Amino acid sequence: MDNSILSLLIWLPIFAGVAVILIGNERANMARWISIVVAVLVFVMSLSLYTDFDTSTQLMQFEEKATWIAHFNIFYHLGVDGISMPLIILTTFSTILVIIAGWEVIQTRPAHYMAAFLMMEGLIIGVFASLDAILFYAFWEASLIPMLLIIGVWGGDNRVYAAIKFFLYTFLGSVFMLVSLIYMYNKGGSFSILAMHDLNLTTTEQAWIFWAFFMAFAVKVPMFPVHTWLPDAHVQAPTGGSVILAAIMLKMGGYGFFRFSLPITPDAALQFSDIIIILSLIAIVYIGFVALVQRDMKKLIAYSSISHMGFVTLGVFALFLAYKPGMTEAALLGLEGAMVQMVSHGFISAAMFLVVGVLYDRLHSREISTYGGVINSMPKFTGFAVLFAMANVGLPGTSGFVGEFMVILGVVQANIWYGVLAGSTLVIGAAYTLWMVKRVFWGAVTNPEVGSLSDVNAREFSILALLAIVIVAMGLYPQPIIDVMHVTIEHLLNQALTSKL
Amino acid sequence: MNNIDTFDTATLWLALPEIFLLSAIVVVLLLDLFLTKPFKQVTYYLTQLSLLITAILAFNLIGEPKSILFGNAFILDDMASVFKIFMAGSTMVALVYTRHYLTEHKLFRGEYFVLVLLAMLGMMVMVSGYSLLTLYLGLEILSLSLYALIAIARERAGAVEAALKYFVLGAIASGLLLYGMSMIYGISGSINISDIATFSANATLASREMLILNFGLVFLVIGIAFKLGAVPFHMWVPDVYQGAPTSVTMFLSTAPKIAAVAMLIRILVEGMGAMHAYWSDLLMVLALLSIALGSVVALMQTNIKRMLAYSTISHIGFILLGFVTGVISGYGAAVFYVLVYILMSLAAFGMIILFNKQGFEADKISDFKGLSKHSPWFALMMLVIMLSMAGVPPFIGFYAKLFILQQVVSAGFISIAVIVVVFAVISAYYYLQVIKSMYFESSDKAMTTTATMDVKLILSINAVLILMVGIFPDFWIKLALSLF
Repeated sequence: MDNSILSLLIWLPIFAGVAVILIGNERANMARWISIVVAVLVFVMSLSLYTDFDTSTQLMQFEEKATWIAHFNIFYHLGVDGISMPLIILTTFSTILVIIAGWEVIQTRPAHYMAAFLMMEGLIIGVFASLDAILFYAFWEASLIPMLLIIGVWGGDNRVYAAIKFFLYTFLGSVFMLVSLIYMYNKGGSFSILAMHDLNLTTTEQAWIFWAFFMAFAVKVPMFPVHTWLPDAHVQAPTGGSVILAAIMLKMGGYGFFRFSLPITPDAALQFSDIIIILSLIAIVYIGFVALVQRDMKKLIAYSSISHMGFVTLGVFALFLAYKPGMTEAALLGLEGAMVQMVSHGFISAAMFLVVGVLYDRLHSREISTYGGVINSMPKFTGFAVLFAMANVGLPGTSGFVGEFMVILGVVQANIWYGVLAGSTLVIGAAYTLWMVKRVFWGAVTNPEVGSLSDVNAREFSILALLAIVIVAMGLYPQPIIDVMHVTIEHLLNQALTSKL
Repeated sequence: MNNIDTFDTATLWLALPEIFLLSAIVVVLLLDLFLTKPFKQVTYYLTQLSLLITAILAFNLIGEPKSILFGNAFILDDMASVFKIFMAGSTMVALVYTRHYLTEHKLFRGEYFVLVLLAMLGMMVMVSGYSLLTLYLGLEILSLSLYALIAIARERAGAVEAALKYFVLGAIASGLLLYGMSMIYGISGSINISDIATFSANATLASREMLILNFGLVFLVIGIAFKLGAVPFHMWVPDVYQGAPTSVTMFLSTAPKIAAVAMLIRILVEGMGAMHAYWSDLLMVLALLSIALGSVVALMQTNIKRMLAYSTISHIGFILLGFVTGVISGYGAAVFYVLVYILMSLAAFGMIILFNKQGFEADKISDFKGLSKHSPWFALMMLVIMLSMAGVPPFIGFYAKLFILQQVVSAGFISIAVIVVVFAVISAYYYLQVIKSMYFESSDKAMTTTATMDVKLILSINAVLILMVGIFPDFWIKLALSLF
């Protein structure tokens, strides 16, 4: 079992998904129970990755390797390090949430809905665990398919447009990555990602490959200016789809920068880091202002996601500015901050979308103006919502604070003005989040329907409570997660700072 | 390698699949005359049996040393045998779907099956032809059978128009091909592929000889491009695909593509391999135009058969790209792509035929509205087929494109690879349209099928293979490479 834990994590949900489809929509309850049991089981198994993890090495752990396509030297090669392991646990955790969240709400084709999420879970774990570029690419693209269907089948009024835009945008981004992977295969004779890390590439080659990767990962993150698919996809997706999209799929882009861009093209990353930093700052500041004027809650959170993911790319690429010979602390802070931010954003964005989902299930409106004074009828719910909003703002004591603070600390040492701009998010983020809280939750009840809302039921309470615990725990004591990634990130920093020329 | 110049009856057994098939055709044709209406199904079963035996006979010849027989007119090598097996296999699958179609549309006649068998014979001759004359004869046997097959729905104006169009344009293409062949014969003095290969590899050719050789080469490439349906010689493809009865469209878009690729390999790769620098440029232009036009024009189509016609054009472009590289593994990539394309094409047309009913063709994209609700299993399979055609992993279409792209990049055409993948993304849009119809839209009118169990079963296996071969493609890649 020890040796095949990653395979198990990938294939168990996928085959369970097939089984759930076969059970069919007629036996919805059975499908729901099987889904939740599998999701919890997978989560529990994924915890063993954490408990058995060796934090003293940057080498890949839980490795599995088998020949897959011999002609191309392609292997079924899995393994995790300190970067991918937390993301896998984030995936297994989020899947439980969305399955519980969709329990009663999804009445059209419930079994297919659950199956789509289970399969997506397996595919996304595959993305994070793959150490072979083609295996990675296969999982990367395949994970688009369930999401396409989730948005298109269970989405809102404009779902067809959003689903197809989502698919084509990300598909277009990733084909360039494919070409550069093939290029490196032809040069190095191997699709192994680790071998690519050691592949010598000239400045020109690195530049092209860097931008090809950038197309794939920037679309996923998403970075300004290729972010426009995200608000559409989020607004139209069902709650569960939004949660997975924000909590995990965006992280695939950030993960790509960690796993591919930095180690494979370090010199190009250094050369173009200014451009990326500026794009990240635009995302943080400008998109923050865009969020401010949204009337649709989901759209607001979607833009807020883009702004927060800006911290990830900022932290990654600021390392080149922050680094001074002999002083790796600042660069390390930025990089670790980026990683912590990814995990924390996974929890917070999931929580925010679930909050909107709870409201939407009751009144079928995402408009801020529909609500007002929700606290009067839903006090328990408002308690959670305000906590999550504070986390979104980055209040100390919540997980949102840790990552952003680390990134800002790193950036300030690189360039004080960049630090100031990045720090402005604490104001802008507070503005759009708290203003939404004020208009939705505080004040007097203006809409009579709001007055008669029923508070969260046990099912909703349990998922919100679960998230609240995680967010506060991570905010108060982030050390375990930093410990896990520390050695890997140090190694990565070393790779990024070592010229290949 | 055995090289037997004269006609020797002792070597006849190496052409056993062809000889058997020809005899079978005669038997089926004669027998069909005497079958009364209740027993017409016998023709169908006999046809399937003949194809099966042909495939088995071809299978037994795998591993025979490469032999050129009958006065240098016929070649038997592993490529020929494997191609014959795949052609017979795909024709058998196509016939399973076809029977349903013919029954629903009251087109069930014995001649249909005889014509399919004749076309099959023509393709086998093309695959094994080793002189310009045999290749041409094979092509004509195939083409004439196809013209007649399309016109078999004679009361449909569209079908007759398609048959005429195909016939006229096909005749022009044959003319061009013959013209090119005559040039080659005129300058090299031989119609045998091996002699032509020796001649064109001769480094001491005068520039005048080179000019004529090139002149002939261009016409040969045009003739082949016509048969493959590569842009700008693609005009017949959309009309014929749309107008022909769906079962004929399916047949047209599958096995004959193998035969055309085989002809390309025999003439260009084996016959004029030394002139690769000349013909690869031509193929490159054809390939890029095909991919571009096939991807863009298909966006506007509402008829799924017409859409698949344009999609075929773009697939042909990918196949041609494999030949551009000029290396063995590039040709292997092209052959692998053809086999993959046939698997997908069979399933796609099979899906259309599945929902055919008397007077209803199910060939509009909008006919598939809400299919995921009424028949989730087949909707899922159509989803697999469409995504595979779009080149999304983990389906088999992805590996076909990967192999081609890898060869293109390895040959140094990186910018070409980038252009091609952009068009692949554009083409994904129209495959998504079908998925959109099936999954995102609903319809009150349920699509039902009257198909019998065998059709459903074969179709399901066909679609599942697209996934399974996609997950384990190694064997097929190795097979495609082993043919050269």
